[in-house]
Amino acid sequence: MGAGHHQLYRPGDSAVHLLPPQCKLLAVLTFAIVVVATPKEAFWAFGLYALLLAAVAGAAAIKPAFVLRRMVIEVPFVLFAVAIPIIGMGERTEVLGLSLSVAGLWAAWNILAKATLGVIASILLAATTEPRLILLGAERLRLPSTLVQIAMFMLRYLDVIVEEMRRMRVARESRGFVARDIRQVPVIARSAGALFIRSYERGERVHLAMLSRGYTGSMPVTRDLRASGAQWALALSLPVLALTVLGASW
Amino acid sequence: MVNSLEVDRLAYAYPDGTQALYGVDLAIAKGERVALLGPNGAGKTTLVMHLNGILAAGHGTVRVAGTPVGKSTLKEIRQRVGLVFQDPDDQLFMPTVRDDVAFGPANMGIRGEELERRVRNALDLVGMAEAIDRPPHHLSFGQRRRIAVATVLVMEPEILVLDEPSSNLDPAARRELAEIIRSLDVTVLMVTHDLPYALELCERSLILSDGVIAADGPTRELLADETLLRNNRLELPYGFAIPAPN
Amino acid sequence: MHVPDGFFDVAVSVSTGAVAAAGVAVCLRGAKRELDDRTAPMAGLVAAFIFAVQMLNFPVTGGTSGHLLGGALAAILVGPYTAVLCMATVLLVQGFFFADGGLTALGVNITLMGIVTVLVGWGVFRLIAARSRRSIVIAAFLGALVSVPVSALSFTLLFWIGGTAPIEIGTVAMAMGGVHVLIGLGEGLITAVTVSTVLATRPDLVYGARGLTRRLVLRDADGVAIEVAPEESAPVRSSRPFLVGGVGVTLILAGIVSFFASSSPDGLESVGAEKGFLDQATAHPLGSWALSDYGAVGGIPVGIAGVIGVGITLLVAGSIGYAARRSAAVKTEVGA
Repeated sequence: MGAGHHQLYRPGDSAVHLLPPQCKLLAVLTFAIVVVATPKEAFWAFGLYALLLAAVAGAAAIKPAFVLRRMVIEVPFVLFAVAIPIIGMGERTEVLGLSLSVAGLWAAWNILAKATLGVIASILLAATTEPRLILLGAERLRLPSTLVQIAMFMLRYLDVIVEEMRRMRVARESRGFVARDIRQVPVIARSAGALFIRSYERGERVHLAMLSRGYTGSMPVTRDLRASGAQWALALSLPVLALTVLGASW
Repeated sequence: MVNSLEVDRLAYAYPDGTQALYGVDLAIAKGERVALLGPNGAGKTTLVMHLNGILAAGHGTVRVAGTPVGKSTLKEIRQRVGLVFQDPDDQLFMPTVRDDVAFGPANMGIRGEELERRVRNALDLVGMAEAIDRPPHHLSFGQRRRIAVATVLVMEPEILVLDEPSSNLDPAARRELAEIIRSLDVTVLMVTHDLPYALELCERSLILSDGVIAADGPTRELLADETLLRNNRLELPYGFAIPAPN
Repeated sequence: MHVPDGFFDVAVSVSTGAVAAAGVAVCLRGAKRELDDRTAPMAGLVAAFIFAVQMLNFPVTGGTSGHLLGGALAAILVGPYTAVLCMATVLLVQGFFFADGGLTALGVNITLMGIVTVLVGWGVFRLIAARSRRSIVIAAFLGALVSVPVSALSFTLLFWIGGTAPIEIGTVAMAMGGVHVLIGLGEGLITAVTVSTVLATRPDLVYGARGLTRRLVLRDADGVAIEVAPEESAPVRSSRPFLVGGVGVTLILAGIVSFFASSSPDGLESVGAEKGFLDQATAHPLGSWALSDYGAVGGIPVGIAGVIGVGITLLVAGSIGYAARRSAAVKTEVGA
């Protein structure tokens, strides 16, 4: 789970990059919902969805290799999906000498197709939108502002905390510590305890720095994120096209 | 003229029971630049945190430009006391430099043109105007330290309190910061281990030791008193000789 | 692990979405009451901490390793309300910024990993913890330990209700339950030691240990002793509303949502009926018992069966907790 967590944002000035974040956010969310609502039998629909995403990637000048590399995060579920036809119930059929469940094969396809499209859409969103803008966009879409602020601080200090954790690990390993089995866990946990205290105290200091500069509980709004009708139309063209595909598939 | 800072019999102990300050008395006049020296563990940072109400005194009082530090005056005090922490990451908590510097005045209700002007002004004072749209963690440590100073200067404080301003700075950054501090028109209290820095920038110094003020006088005199320095675990750097007064 | 898009059907995705939204809303108010204007920076930093420690993996056996979930840990360190906010933020960020977990599965992920773990972890902790350091650490261990398999079993429950893969529910339950008890042991151990470490240095930072701090006596330069009144920290709020609310939500989930699924036979049964091998199914060991087969036999409707199932889980966890607490209390009376 930790391996895939690298920043996805790729700076650029394509039409997609320049769209206001709330438009892109809503577009991707609705697109994901449309994909999930599509009946699994409509193979062609999923093909069209993939084409739509490819068009977005093209417009945003995001290379396919980049997207594929980031899709590594999906691997655990791909493995699970592959296992479903093997352990699934119901009528079985022969494929390349293996006895596989028919319902299982359908389910595996269903999950793989929808999960993959969802991941690609997510990657494209994150690749074309700065993290803090994603948060501001979410706030415009009525996500509670406190939650948005929490996420903002989390993002700001994530690197700092992870770096501190890395330094603790280096210190442990420099003294010959190797995590072999569960008995070494308490050592790691003691570092976690120290990390918590440091993180908490830093949180207090940040809060004090905020108070020192007049913070009264709500963040001052200094950024204008209005979206024009044309921008909304452009962003929502993705889910709307997907919706027509969905309609045809029912 | 009212003193920028007055501390009267300040005493304080940590939550785990260790007492840090045993009755500190000091006064700083407007426009002075004063260094707060002392060994590690003397209580310097603890003292500083009482100046803008971060820590509430167990006993004693703190007054900033005549206003006592207390629960009801915190907001005012915090605009008047510009505290620059040792770790600039604690103070640069917004996504961009502009957001960070604008945070203070924005909270005071300033917007638009006026806000932009103040932000640029503060950044000019510390020589970081070109970094205005960059995220803080893309900047070097010295640059972040200067921006942290800007985030406080933009509030137009009565007294600028710096905690170890020269620590972890390379020689060039150290000099740049010294020039900035010298150019500012504000009372300065500087907590530091860097004796040459204190000598360079502050006419007066206080030595805090074991939770009380052990010495208070012209920096030049304090640093020339070897016994005093030794008793307080202070030492001039190797090869450093106090330069003749100009 | 984070559930991707397409893994659960629309009913489950939507209802867990509602549960997650409601839970987060309630916790926003609760956290604000406790932390006031410190909520955003404190919860943000703790969320960063949680994100970081979730990267910790511990060896479970031989080649496998487990990851820390952190829900129980967060609850014990910063209280259940803030903990839910932190976990939800971590999951939202992972979903939107790192493509980890489906966007349509956010409801499921937040409910399972954010709300259930915090609820169970905190609930069990509160049942067991008494006023001594030792009992707090033991309670932390047990709270975290139980939270993991319960979360896994909740996953199984949701899977039974609306999972899109036709796998026998017993297989899923056993696979999930088994591995997650082991992971729970690791989680319990890490949680207990982490809490213990924090207690040793900054006991005032452990939400679950409120009430353990001593009075402060200051001495000034002349040796005169002055007693300092303890800082008015936020009042220790009763967890009862949280627990009641949480149990209520779980019951609603089990009861109402299960009715969505019960009308049509599940994948196995429908295939079985079609192909005519349904009658060939051999009876389950507990077959004739009222609750097995999730409600058909014995005349108990599925919804009620779900509710009873949750009730039994809580009873078992509660009894373990109660017994542990009694023995911990005896230990503190006798020893340190």
